[in-house]
Amino acid sequence: MEEVLLARIQFASTTLFHFIFVPLSIGLALIIAIMQTMYVVKKEEIYMKMTKFWSVFFLINFAIGVVTGILQEFQFGMNWSQYSRFVGDVFGAPLAIEALLAFFLESTFIGIWIFGRDKLPKKLHLFSIWMVSIGTILSAFWILAANSFMQNPVGYTLQNGRAEMNDIIALLTNEKLWVAFPHTVFGSFATGAFFIVGVSAWYLLKKRDVDFFKRSMTVAMVVGLLSSFGLAFSGHSQAQYLMHAQPMKMAAAEALWEDSGDPAAWTLFAKIDVENRESHGRIDIPYLLSYLTYNKFSGKVEGMNTLEQKMIEQHGEGNYVPPVKTTFWSFRIMAATGGVLVGISLLGLFLIMRKKIKNSKWFLRILIPVIFFPFIGNSFGWIMSEIGRQPWVVNGLMKTADAVSPNVSAGQILFSLISFSTIYTILGIIMVVLFVKVIQRGPNEKIEEDVSATDPFEMGGVEHAVK
Amino acid sequence: MQLSEIWFLLIAILFVGFIFLEGFDFGVGMSTRLLAKNDLEKRILMNTIGPVWDANEVWLITAGGAMFAAFPHWYATLFSGYYLPFVFLLLALIVRGVAFEFRGKMESVRWKRIWDGAIFIGSALPPFLFGVLFTSLIRGLPIDADMNMHAGFFDIVNVYTVIGGLTFVALSYLHGLLFITMKTVGELRERAHNATRKTYLVTGVLLVLFIGMTAIETEAFTVHRGILLLVYAVGVLLFAALFFFLKKKKEGLSFTMTGLLLSLIMSSFFITLFPNVMISSIDPTYHMSIHEAASGEYSLRVMTIVAGTMIPIVMAYTIWSYYVFRKRLTGEKEHLEY
Ligand code: HDD
Ligand code: HEM
Ligand code: HEM
Repeated sequence: MEEVLLARIQFASTTLFHFIFVPLSIGLALIIAIMQTMYVVKKEEIYMKMTKFWSVFFLINFAIGVVTGILQEFQFGMNWSQYSRFVGDVFGAPLAIEALLAFFLESTFIGIWIFGRDKLPKKLHLFSIWMVSIGTILSAFWILAANSFMQNPVGYTLQNGRAEMNDIIALLTNEKLWVAFPHTVFGSFATGAFFIVGVSAWYLLKKRDVDFFKRSMTVAMVVGLLSSFGLAFSGHSQAQYLMHAQPMKMAAAEALWEDSGDPAAWTLFAKIDVENRESHGRIDIPYLLSYLTYNKFSGKVEGMNTLEQKMIEQHGEGNYVPPVKTTFWSFRIMAATGGVLVGISLLGLFLIMRKKIKNSKWFLRILIPVIFFPFIGNSFGWIMSEIGRQPWVVNGLMKTADAVSPNVSAGQILFSLISFSTIYTILGIIMVVLFVKVIQRGPNEKIEEDVSATDPFEMGGVEHAVK
Repeated sequence: MQLSEIWFLLIAILFVGFIFLEGFDFGVGMSTRLLAKNDLEKRILMNTIGPVWDANEVWLITAGGAMFAAFPHWYATLFSGYYLPFVFLLLALIVRGVAFEFRGKMESVRWKRIWDGAIFIGSALPPFLFGVLFTSLIRGLPIDADMNMHAGFFDIVNVYTVIGGLTFVALSYLHGLLFITMKTVGELRERAHNATRKTYLVTGVLLVLFIGMTAIETEAFTVHRGILLLVYAVGVLLFAALFFFLKKKKEGLSFTMTGLLLSLIMSSFFITLFPNVMISSIDPTYHMSIHEAASGEYSLRVMTIVAGTMIPIVMAYTIWSYYVFRKRLTGEKEHLEY
C-alpha cells in the first residue's frame, strides 16, 4: 500500500520539522522570562537588552512553530481518517483542551508581550512573558497526554467499534505521560539553553559585547546544567517504563533477539542482522541493563523472539518486530547527546565560576557546534519512540497500516508531500539566514529604519539587503 | 438538549468567532495590497492586527480540535474528503503567518515584495476556500455507506460555491477596511472610508447571488424555511443599516454590522446542516447525523466541564488584550514591530 508509506513519510517529516521549532520556543520562552524577571528585580538595563536581543530569535522561531503546528492539527483527519474515527473519542479531547488551555494563552500573551512593551506597567509586561512560557509548557503537557495514549492506551473501553474514553483521570495519570513530559520539557529547556550558550560563545570568541554575553551565557548554562541532569534522570525512568509497558520497543532498542542472561548487560554497539535475527560483535557493559531496568544488579530481560511469540498468541499472525536498526541507533544517538550535554554544562559552569570562561578559547569553540546536539537528541528521541512502536499506531489496538484515509489517493498525498516539503525547506533556509543575520548584527546595532521615504529602486534594492 | 447538540452549537460558535475575528485579519491582509500606497502604510496596516491575529487563528485550531474530540467521524470525513482544498488552505496560512514576522527582517525591496505577495494570497485564499467549503457542504457531497467522501472536482468547485467563496472574500475585505477605519488616522483612514463604498456595492451583488443560489442549489429553504428566512431577513436589514452607518461614518457600528453579517452567514450553514453534520448527495440514508458522528457521553461530559470553565477565562483575557491595544496607530510615535 503506497498510500500508507507516503502518509507515513509525510507525517514523520512534517512532525519532525515541527519539533525543530517547538523545543526552541519552549526553552527560549523560559529563559527570556527568567531574564526579564532579573530585569524587573535588579533594575539593570542590560537585562532588558538581553530579553530584547534573544526575543528576536524567539519570535522568528515561534512564527514557524505556529504555522507548522496548524498543519499538525489538520493532518490527523486528512491522512489518518480511520485512526481519527477510532481514537477521536479519547485522543481528540486532550487536543481540544490543548487549544483552549494553551494555544489561546500563548498566542494572546505573546501579542501583549511584543506589542505592549510601551503600553503596560513593567510587572504586567513581565507577567505576560511568563504566561507565554507557561502556555508552551501546558501545550507540551496536553499533546504528550494524547501521544502517551498511543504509546500506552489507558482510560478507555472498546465500544461501537472504537476506543471510547471512560476515565479521564487514568488518561492524565498515564505512566507514560509522567515519564515523557519531564523528559520532553527538559529536552526543550536544554535546546533553548545551549542555543544561547553557543551563540554567546561565538561573541565571546570575537570579543564583542563581552559583559552582555557572559551574563547571557551564565543564565543559560545554569538552565542547561539543570536540564541535562533532568534529561538523564527522566531518560532513565523512560527506559524503566518501557521495560514493562512496551518491552518489544526496549528489546529492539537493545537489539536483543534472544532472552538475556541474568544479570543482563547493556550493549554499547552491535552489528545487527535483521534477516537472520542476530546481532554480532556486541560491546557489552555488564550489569547495566539489569540496573536500568530493575534498579538492581540482577534480573533478566526478554528478547524479541519471545516477545513476538507472545504477541502472535495474542493478536494473531503477523510481524511485530519494529525496525530494529533504527530503534537501536536512535536510542544510542539520543543517549550520547545526553552524555555530551551533561559533561559540557558541568565543565562550562566550572569555568564560569572560576572566571576563566572568556579565555578558554578551545572550550568556547566547542560550544558552538553543541547548539545542534539537543536538536539531534530531540529528533532521535522521537524517532526511537515512534518507530519503536511500529507496527502499531495505537499500541496493541490499531496498526498503522489500518489507520490511513481510504479515500485519499497516493497521487494526492504525493502532491501534498511535495508541496509541504518544499515550503518547509524554504522556511528552514530562511530561518538559518535570518538567524545568521541577527547574530552578525549583534545586540547593539539598531534595526535599520524604514526606507519608505526614499525611492527604493534608487537604493539598489537587493545589494542593500544582503549586508 | 443533548450534549452532542450542545457541542454542535459550540463548534458553530467557534467558527462564528473565527470568521468574525480572523475575518478582519484577512481583510486587513488584503488591504496591504489594495489600499496601502507605501511601505510605511503597509506596516501600519500590519501592525493594526499584529497583537491579535495569531490568537484569532486559534479559534480555527480550537474548532478543529473540538470537532476531532466531539465528532470524530465528522472530523475524519471532512478533513480527508476535502484533502486538496485543505492542502491549499494550509499552504496559504503557513506563508501568511511567517510573512508578518519575516517581512521586516531584511531591507531588500524584492524580499519585501515576496512577503507582500504571501500576505495578500494568504489573506484572500482562506476566506475564499472557507466559502467554497461551507457552501459545498450544505449542497451535499458524495458520502458513501462507510462515511467516506469521494468528491470530484465539480462537487466542490462550481458556480454556486465560487459565489460563496467570493462572498466571503468581499465581506472579509469590507470587514477589514472598517477595522482599519477604527485603527488608523489621517489619509489612510480616509482612503479606507472611500474604499468601503465600492466594496459595499460588490458585496451587495454577491450577497444577492449567494442567497438566490442557496435557494436553488440547496435544500436549505425546504428543511429549515422559517428560521433561515428570519436569518436572511435580519441579514438584509443589517446590510441596509450598514449603508447608513457607512454614510454617517459610524466606524464602530459599521464594523459591528459586517461582523454580524459574516456571523449570520456562518450560522446559516450550521442551521442548514442541523440535525446532520454532513449531507450525502448519494443517498439521504447516508447523511451523517449529529448523533452518529458524536463521541460518547463520557468524553463529551468531560469536555463540557473543561470548556465551561476555560471559555470565560479565555474571553476575559482576550477582551483585555483588545482593551490594551484600543488606540489608533499613527505610524509616528509608536514602535512598529512588523
Ligand atoms: C512537546 C511539545 C509539542 C509537541 C509534541 C507538539 N507541539 Fe505543537 N506546539 C507546541 C508544542 C508541541 C508549542 C511549544 O506550544 C508551539 C511550538 C511553537 C509555538 O509557537 O507553539 C506549538 C504550536 C502548535 C500549533 C499552533 C498554535 C498557535 O497558533 O499558537 C498547533 C495547532 C500545534 N502546535 C499542534 C500540534 C499537534 C497536532 C502536534 C502533534 C502531532 C504537535 N503540535 C506536537
Ligand atoms: C513532535 C514530536 C514528534 C515527532 C518528532 C514524531 C515523529 C514521528 C515519527 C518519526 C513517526 C514514525 C513514522 C513511521 O514510522 O512511519 C511518527 C508516527 C506517528 N506519530 Fe509521532 N512524533 C511526534 C509527536 C507525536 C504526537 C504528539 C502525536 C500525537 C499526538 C503523534 C502521532 C503520531 C502518529 C499518528 C503516527 C503514525 C503515523 C506514522 O506511523 O507515520 N506523534 N511520529
Ligand atoms: C541521557 C540519556 C537519555 C536516556 C537514557 C533517554 C531515554 C529515553 C527513552 C528510553 C526514550 C523512549 C521513550 C519511549 O519510547 O517510550 C526517550 C525518548 C525521547 N528522548 Fe531521551 N534519553 C536521553 C537523553 C535525551 C536527550 C539528551 C534528549 C534531547 C535533548 C532526549 C529527547 C528525547 C525525546 C524528545 C524523546 C521522545 C519523547 C518521548 O517518547 O517521551 N533524550 N528517551
